[in-house]
Amino acid sequence: MDAQSHSEIGQYVPVVMLFLLAVLITGGMLLGSVLLGQRGRRSKIKDTAYECGMIPVGRGGARLSVKFYLVAMLFILFDIEVVFLYPWAVVYRELLAQPATANVIFFAMLSFLGVLLVGYVYALKRKAFDWRS
Amino acid sequence: MAWFNQLDPTTQFVLLSAAKVVPVAMILLGLVAYTVLAERKICAAMQDRIGPNRAGPFGIWQPISDAVKAFFKEDFTPDHVRKVYFWLAPAIVMIPALLTIAVIPFGSQLGQQKMVIADLNVGVLYTFGIVSLGVYGIVLAGYAANSKYPFMGGIRASAQMISYEIAMGMSVIPVFLIVGDLNLSRVVGSQAGTVAWLPVLPNWTVFQSPMLALSFAIFLVAAFAETNRLPFDLPEAEQELAGGYNIEYSSIKFALFFMGEYANMIAASAMMVTLFFGGWTLPLFGLDAPATTLFGGLLHIGIFVGKVLVMLVIFIWVRWMWPRFRYDQLMDLGWKRMLPVALANIVVTAAWLWLRA
Repeated sequence: MDAQSHSEIGQYVPVVMLFLLAVLITGGMLLGSVLLGQRGRRSKIKDTAYECGMIPVGRGGARLSVKFYLVAMLFILFDIEVVFLYPWAVVYRELLAQPATANVIFFAMLSFLGVLLVGYVYALKRKAFDWRS
Repeated sequence: MAWFNQLDPTTQFVLLSAAKVVPVAMILLGLVAYTVLAERKICAAMQDRIGPNRAGPFGIWQPISDAVKAFFKEDFTPDHVRKVYFWLAPAIVMIPALLTIAVIPFGSQLGQQKMVIADLNVGVLYTFGIVSLGVYGIVLAGYAANSKYPFMGGIRASAQMISYEIAMGMSVIPVFLIVGDLNLSRVVGSQAGTVAWLPVLPNWTVFQSPMLALSFAIFLVAAFAETNRLPFDLPEAEQELAGGYNIEYSSIKFALFFMGEYANMIAASAMMVTLFFGGWTLPLFGLDAPATTLFGGLLHIGIFVGKVLVMLVIFIWVRWMWPRFRYDQLMDLGWKRMLPVALANIVVTAAWLWLRA
């Protein structure tokens, strides 16, 4: 292969092509349905929100349990942790092979996970993960 | 092929990429259509029914007739929806679903070409990034509908998907601890041969050690949750939410959500095959090494597709075997069971490697 395909940005050219194709397929389908689809009559009842045949009461967006927001916050916390784990996992064996770094790479991540474990246990004890309370 | 060799390398690269991108996307869409048919047929068999059998022998034209029907139905946009997002949401579900397959090596080589759309060195990170984008489509669909059931479905879906994304992301870390590379071609390459402890079994990641088998178990459960399949289909829960985030949609927009779900399922299956079941390798007849002949290359693609089909049948099978979880059970499983187990799995694998070094 040539230099182009090995350059960092060049690798992403096929991804962009796939993206454009995906947009084309999806857009084409949406457009096709507009062009080919039946035109039905509108009526007041047809325009109401579907609630199993009842006349809708109140606004569309219902108020949610605060638990959902809590889950979103905890997700950000733990997802960042996962992102940090990936680079560590990739270099782990390489650095283990060298005596100078073998203990550092293991215990450094162990301490990182330890700190997060404390946070996890705290969230667990404060019943952040208990859906029914 | 003389004219091709005269072109400059950049044009050659773009043309070759196009020659891979277009067939792969088309095959994926075809596979989506026929997975739906397979689902209906298998479901029918399990419930002692016949299933679709009118359109052609064994109903093989059913997906085509379904697609035609979806196109010709009324594309109705109710008055109360948020119009822009209402149109955007199906596209945002479908596009990431098609993009996920870009980094998955679906075969070894055809001629000089590696059978992968983009051989990215960040491989898995790309997949997880794109998979996360799928959440937006579903949340947006729930929000755009501006109605109670879809909104509830969208919110449930987002909470569920982000919860299991953590378990999913953590579950594969032991694999990368052992392989030491995020590039999926090299992950597949590391699975050639037979395992050390029992030379009959292939050297696939699942068989290599108990930690990696556990990795697979967590990944499998998380994949079911990520694709909103039963036993984790709470966002759709017909009996509670009458269909969830896609209630207000009709015609092809509804079909796009459906196709997105199946495309995600195929991507998840392909991911599992690549990470845990040796990708295109088979430890027989020297099929572990990249192919040198055209036939060998095609055979590798066939092996990969065959493994993906087996995973898809498992997905379908599970759907019709298990009842749905309750929402608090779902959250309990994700946060209180799978997350600590995945974390412990990482520590145990790391410690094991450290002791051996």
